[in-house]
Amino acid sequence: MKNFFKIIFFSILLVNLGNQKLYAETSIELLKVDWSFKSFFGKFDRASLQRGYQVYTEVCASCHSLKHLSYRNLAEKGGPEFSEEEAKAIASNFEVIDGPNSDGEMYERPAKLSDKFVMPYANEEEAKSANGGAYPPDMSVLVKARKGGADYIYSLLLGYEDPPSGMKLDDGVYYNKYMYGNKIKMASPLSDDIVEYADGTKATTDQMAKDVVTFLMWTAEPHLEARHKTGFRVIIYLLILTVLVYFSMKRIWSSIESKV
Amino acid sequence: MSNHEYTPKSKIGKWFNDRLPLLTLANHLTDYPTPKNLNYWWTFGGILTFCLITQIVTGVILGMHYIAHADLAFESVEHIMRDVNYGWLIRYVHANGASMFFLAVYIHIFRALYYGSYKSPREVIWIIGMLIYFLMMATAFMGYVLPWGQMSFWGATVITNLFSAIPLVGESITNWLWGGYSVDNPTLTRFFSLHYLFPFLILGLVVLHIWALHVPGNNNPIGIDIEKPSKDTVPFHPYIVIKDLFALLIFLLVFAFFVFFSPNILGHADNYIEANPLVTPAHIVPEWYLLPFYAILRSVPDKLLGVIAMFAAIFVLVILPWLDTSKVRSAIFRPIYKQFYWFLVADVLILGYMGAMPAEGTYLLIARVATIYYFAHFLIILPFLGLKEKTIELPLNITEPVLGGSANPEMTKNNSNIRSNL
Repeated sequence: MKNFFKIIFFSILLVNLGNQKLYAETSIELLKVDWSFKSFFGKFDRASLQRGYQVYTEVCASCHSLKHLSYRNLAEKGGPEFSEEEAKAIASNFEVIDGPNSDGEMYERPAKLSDKFVMPYANEEEAKSANGGAYPPDMSVLVKARKGGADYIYSLLLGYEDPPSGMKLDDGVYYNKYMYGNKIKMASPLSDDIVEYADGTKATTDQMAKDVVTFLMWTAEPHLEARHKTGFRVIIYLLILTVLVYFSMKRIWSSIESKV
Repeated sequence: MSNHEYTPKSKIGKWFNDRLPLLTLANHLTDYPTPKNLNYWWTFGGILTFCLITQIVTGVILGMHYIAHADLAFESVEHIMRDVNYGWLIRYVHANGASMFFLAVYIHIFRALYYGSYKSPREVIWIIGMLIYFLMMATAFMGYVLPWGQMSFWGATVITNLFSAIPLVGESITNWLWGGYSVDNPTLTRFFSLHYLFPFLILGLVVLHIWALHVPGNNNPIGIDIEKPSKDTVPFHPYIVIKDLFALLIFLLVFAFFVFFSPNILGHADNYIEANPLVTPAHIVPEWYLLPFYAILRSVPDKLLGVIAMFAAIFVLVILPWLDTSKVRSAIFRPIYKQFYWFLVADVLILGYMGAMPAEGTYLLIARVATIYYFAHFLIILPFLGLKEKTIELPLNITEPVLGGSANPEMTKNNSNIRSNL
């Protein structure tokens, strides 16, 4: 009887911890990708991050901002790791407003490494009016802000289909089988060879989706590699200490007629 | 309590101790006679102290970088995650630390329920513990609001709206809590202030909790009164210290796993979307540790009665020492209570699960049955069980069953004189 309830106890506990599963109401299976950053030792694929940045700049950036990132991040360890010169060159392509200068005037200058990513729209209202009333969400933490994470964004990018017969879609609304409610105001953003990769990788839709999702995982979790690395060390340290403390405890308790 | 007066050996030590007996206190804490048969469920007191200190230390550091303002809070959290040195580590330890804190406190509470630790003469320890638990829930709730994500905002809206159910003054109270006519910047700043204050109240109550514990001393798995110090006890240091440390390290391994490899699994994805008063999330759910109470709240059709039921669910725990009429503490010697104990555990887990589900159809029905059973356990089953249940004979002291390697009641016939002492 007791064991029976213990089993119930732990199984319900496990279900509760696997919280993500709880809201699978429109449960359509997401496409699963074996991401390089998933496992305990997971790291980003550097080339994929750089390609992903290219896809972001050439395809997404016209509507989606990355407001929490700075240009210097592109050259930091654990990211796309562009060289500092490359990152400076990237930044200088953008104009930012600075000032006031000594005359009290605001002025435009090329962006520096310390500047935040320039946003495509001045404000949310402008973004909405340019996109048929839908606000293209900021992409800085988008992967963490969607249930299913990287797999979900990847599935969404590849999930555009013709609507089922009988479904009437308004102008500017598209059918996507992974979107909540299946209606999305973003047209399918990717198609084969829409970008030309500098490293010669073939720019298939699938490849671009993988690259840009890898890039967005990094923007959401820029210290992921450091986290995995530190975590591994912490676990090893704790394991060794636990074993040492266990034997100390056994020794201390050896004179007591009670087990530990 | 040691029965001999402690005198420091050094002259300066004696001089100081006569003026402020800190050394006497330290001596009491190291010598404190502890039952030697405490199992690992008893290590969670130490683990909880660790959790509280961790939350305070990480929280104070986060407070140096966080900005409590509706327009800046979300951004400042991202600043911590990206630009502050090891900010990601400190924030993930703090966020997952809350979950680990509650995991430990639930084990601690259910241990007390199993071994009857709330019974005479430990009622005050138990009531202080329940106050701590209540403050923990308030603190955790307000802490979850601070990142100002969608779930922060809407969770705060749902919970603060509960007070509007109070007749006549409900709306005024809600507006007073908000500092306005909806959850907004004034709500955020006061939640930050209180979130910073409450842990120190908890710390004060923890001191009282431990003080109250050190008067009668620890309960133990057998649940009988023991002589202290005696052959049934060991000094707190080094025996219990090393054992608590070992258990803490195992706990830290689980903790580290969440922090480093799954830091967001216990949170809700929607909280990485900045708060937007114009967009309501599809499901508004509290953190996992509040779900059983959320299920009770929603299972009552009337809003005011739901709120009353939710607070009553905590209040029945406060008066538990007087609801449980059995004189025998440990469930080991209460065969029928033991069954009902596991029913209660299952019931609370079911409530937790239902709290995460939409309140409709079968889910709602199960939640209602589980709510009724929860109250029935405390208000009907426990009072009657204590009067009717035929308990197993208690051992004379803990050395007997400990020597046998387990609490084997067969070894201990005819000790009815002990029972009259309980």
